[in-house]
Amino acid sequence: MAFVFFRGIRSNHLMVCPLANFCRRPTAVYCALQNSRAQVRPRNVIFQEYSHTSAKKLKEKNMQGYEVIIGIETHVQLATITKAFCSCPYLYGSQPNTNICPVCMGLPGTLPILNSKVVAFAVKLALALNCDLSMTSKFDRKQYFYPDLPKGYQISQFDIPIGTKGVVDVDLPIEFGGEHKRFGITRVHMEEDAGKLLHSDTGSYSQVDLNRAGVPLLEIVSEPDMRSGLEAAEYAAEIQRLVRYLGVSNGNMQEGSLRCDVNVSIRPIGQLEFGTKVEIKNMNSFSAMNKAIDYEISRQVLLHNQGQSNQIIQETRLWEEGYQKTVTMRKKEGLADYRYFPEPDIPDVVLTEDYVENIRRSLPELPEAKRRRYENMGLSMQDVLFLANDSSVADFFDSTVGKGAEAKLVANWIMCDIAAYLKNEHLSINDVKLTPLELAEVIVSIKGGIISGKIGKEILFELLANGGTVQKIIEEKDLVQIVDQGAIEAMVDKVLEENPKQLQQYHGGKTKLQGYFAGQVMKESKGKANPTLLNTILLEKLNAKS
Amino acid sequence: MPFLIQSPRLLLPPHRLPLPFSRSLGRSDAVFRRLFNGVSAASATLSSPPTTVETPFSEILSIRDSLLSHRRTASEIAGEYRDRLHKVEPQLHSFLHVSETAMQEAEAVDQMVAAGRELGPLAGVFVGVKDNICTVDMPSTGGSEILKDYRPAYDATVVTRLRDAGAIVVGKTNLDEFGMGGSTEGSGFQVTANPWDLSRVPGGSSGGSAAAVSARQCVVSLGSDTGGSVRQPASFCGVVGMKPTYGRVSRFGLMAYASSLDAIGCFGSSISDVAILLNVISGHDKFDSTSSKRDVPNFAEELVSLSNIEAKPLKGLRVGLIRETIGAGVDAGVVSAIHAAGSHLEHLGCVLNEVSLPSYSLGLPAYYILASSEASSNLSRYDGIRFGNQVGSEELSSLYGNSRANGFGDEVKMRILMGTYALSAGYYDAYYKRAQQVRTLIQKCFKDAMNENDILISPAAPTAAYKIGEKTDDPLAMYAGDIMTVNVNLAGLPALVVPCGFVEGGQVGLPVGLQMIASAFREDILLKVGHIFEQTRQGYRFVPPICGDKYS
Repeated sequence: MAFVFFRGIRSNHLMVCPLANFCRRPTAVYCALQNSRAQVRPRNVIFQEYSHTSAKKLKEKNMQGYEVIIGIETHVQLATITKAFCSCPYLYGSQPNTNICPVCMGLPGTLPILNSKVVAFAVKLALALNCDLSMTSKFDRKQYFYPDLPKGYQISQFDIPIGTKGVVDVDLPIEFGGEHKRFGITRVHMEEDAGKLLHSDTGSYSQVDLNRAGVPLLEIVSEPDMRSGLEAAEYAAEIQRLVRYLGVSNGNMQEGSLRCDVNVSIRPIGQLEFGTKVEIKNMNSFSAMNKAIDYEISRQVLLHNQGQSNQIIQETRLWEEGYQKTVTMRKKEGLADYRYFPEPDIPDVVLTEDYVENIRRSLPELPEAKRRRYENMGLSMQDVLFLANDSSVADFFDSTVGKGAEAKLVANWIMCDIAAYLKNEHLSINDVKLTPLELAEVIVSIKGGIISGKIGKEILFELLANGGTVQKIIEEKDLVQIVDQGAIEAMVDKVLEENPKQLQQYHGGKTKLQGYFAGQVMKESKGKANPTLLNTILLEKLNAKS
Repeated sequence: MPFLIQSPRLLLPPHRLPLPFSRSLGRSDAVFRRLFNGVSAASATLSSPPTTVETPFSEILSIRDSLLSHRRTASEIAGEYRDRLHKVEPQLHSFLHVSETAMQEAEAVDQMVAAGRELGPLAGVFVGVKDNICTVDMPSTGGSEILKDYRPAYDATVVTRLRDAGAIVVGKTNLDEFGMGGSTEGSGFQVTANPWDLSRVPGGSSGGSAAAVSARQCVVSLGSDTGGSVRQPASFCGVVGMKPTYGRVSRFGLMAYASSLDAIGCFGSSISDVAILLNVISGHDKFDSTSSKRDVPNFAEELVSLSNIEAKPLKGLRVGLIRETIGAGVDAGVVSAIHAAGSHLEHLGCVLNEVSLPSYSLGLPAYYILASSEASSNLSRYDGIRFGNQVGSEELSSLYGNSRANGFGDEVKMRILMGTYALSAGYYDAYYKRAQQVRTLIQKCFKDAMNENDILISPAAPTAAYKIGEKTDDPLAMYAGDIMTVNVNLAGLPALVVPCGFVEGGQVGLPVGLQMIASAFREDILLKVGHIFEQTRQGYRFVPPICGDKYS
């Protein structure tokens, strides 16, 4: 997952979107880019790097003189068993209107009953985001008419959100400098989700599905601290990591469990007031976020450069993945007046010190702390980011190190062979039969010279697929490394004897053939010969015979 | 066919009847006997006062006694009520819907009696339910065209509790649309008449419930009180009306008008009936998080019977007459009735003082801002999308607009507009926030007054029932009629209205109610005082001519 994600981020920059908007001017660059768009996928990493740097340069050039301001509103759907204000379950993908009751349908006379889990989750996340908690907060009604909003108002929190003034720490991927960034969190508040509209194919009518109505959400509002699509995507990824670490949400963007609305504005450097902000919605991956934002920045820069900054209006734009651009969804005619007022049906939410302390104590080690710890263990930033991305991977890593394996080696095994296996088999680390103890055993066995690295790899795949113990596999398959000098000598002798022609060539000066002989001996030993010993003896024998 | 209230009570044997609320059976027997002995004693004293004393007794306990002693069947009693209901209904229009299963339910009660099974406290009792309270087996319209023929998917908690107690929900009573009004003329369907004078309003918004009890179309009824909607019609119709403390009774299933003020209340022809009904519907409900978890005292059990009433039964009780409620603008007849009631309370041993609530006059504007604001939000759900009447349209905004324009009446539209305005950006601080500050002030005023007094008294309305159509063109005059009651809702306190006298009007005069207010969750004091007051008041008979003449 983590791997895929970082690839995703990287590939953004080879995508043409940040540049596409420049293409309105028919230039050579335009053509070249159009070409590259078609060719991007099959190209190799070298091309990608090239493309990335060129894109970056181009962007920098065009960004000259402007400052980008990005703020993000994130909606996190909470993984509670029941909805926020009634006892209906929420199961993604259920038949329309099967998980509803009079309360979440907003039938006359019904009243909301707050699910205490929602408060617990909100406190968890607020603490994890280093927020100040409001020990007494309340709910408010946000009023507007829409068919997916059954009551005609959304129960939300307005002037006293449960959490305020937090921060979130992010490490940018090393290919983008690996910089450490800290972004401010303005507020975290609890609210309910709305239902969904299903539009008929003909467009002549719409249907309302209220399954999602009343599902608990946490809205996280960031400070306008992000300066690029990448930073915004990294911020969102960190929020996803946090909610998954905390177990408050599955954080799945495709299912809409994690939704980001991004506000983007630019202003000439030195200007005090903010530029007109544009809201972008409908991005269902981090890479889409990155691309959408960079596209929007370029669009706004272009308008500025063309002296048409008045064309940047306060509006909501949708990211069209298919076209790789943002399009106007609705223009805001003045500020919407939601006529907030305190929700009279729900008493104030009062937290006690004990309650908060209990939750604080129950918090797991959070991604940022984990990254700093791994960094201190001497791991490279690439390793750190990979391991800390997923708490199950991190747990696996920690357990393996706890069994006595060297951290760097464990990281290598997890990031290379295990990650590749998981990716191919579409599994998560919790699905495999390999245990941290056995991985540690593999690593220690190699280090101790009991098995070769090659055998180690074989054993690893055996363990991943079928489980078992290293000890048993070694015994069953007779895989212990041969370190007996006599045995290796015998094998070398045998190989030399069986290949007189090559031996002759070797002696004739074709010393490269040493590799060939080594291979033959290794084959003879079924891969078990200790390579160092093998090479020493082989060389000795080859030279002795000359 | 003798009307129950006229039945020869002296002949009723003192049965040992188990009253189901009490934790100890023996004690409840005693209560019943106390109540009964009280009634007997009242009748025994009939000879002494010159005028006829009509001491109300508990209709509910009488029905219970008839059933358990096998003197009458539930079907007979139900038949009698049903006949009377249908007989006066064409003149009164108190009901929007009458149950079709009431007689079967009565038969089921008879089967339970025959089988010797335990009866609930309201077994066989006809209860009218205001139409803004959801019932699964009858339409619930809230008096609004927008919900015409709407059938809820569930029973309100109070209705569930009524049914569990054996009650027969006889029908849905008329009201001002969604409870917004003070005369029941604001119903989307029909105008209810006052049983004392058919040319007059029954009050509102729970006018149907009050008229139905007054005309004995049902034994007791439920109403809702947001700004006086139980107490003012109780006063107009000459019945007992109780607005409990906010949170005492679950609001789940009550179509919300102003959530922070709404309270479901009770109507009955006697304090005992109201006390028994209140016991049934009170208590915490997990479906209403604003409902209180406080214990509910056994209100009925705590009533003192007349036989036990000493010369000064209320000795030492401090009663404060709210000065601001008997000044200018209040009908002279009403003021003198209240003064008379005050004197009567003094006679019973109370210490009567005038008390001033300086912020009293601020209550009315604050109420109308808060109630309209909440209403504008609560009524958003009537959008024609999921239920109720939809006026189809090509465009979403006109679907909303047309459905609501057609469905809502003028008063409702006016309040939605006022509330929307008050909550709008730039006005919130000047209106909603300010009104909330007034509310806090009023709560404090009451608290101060309650430190000096055990109960406060005032009229329930500035006038007796007025003519139908008299105020329909003058909303401000209509709103001013709520001056006596809205403060109590803003403070969330319990208040009881007991008929206390008459003013001139109609054939036989028009009833006037005395409002008594207590501290939060002290309904018990109100009922105790009300019970003694009701048993000892002299010379009044609160049975309206529409039924009284025929049964006397």
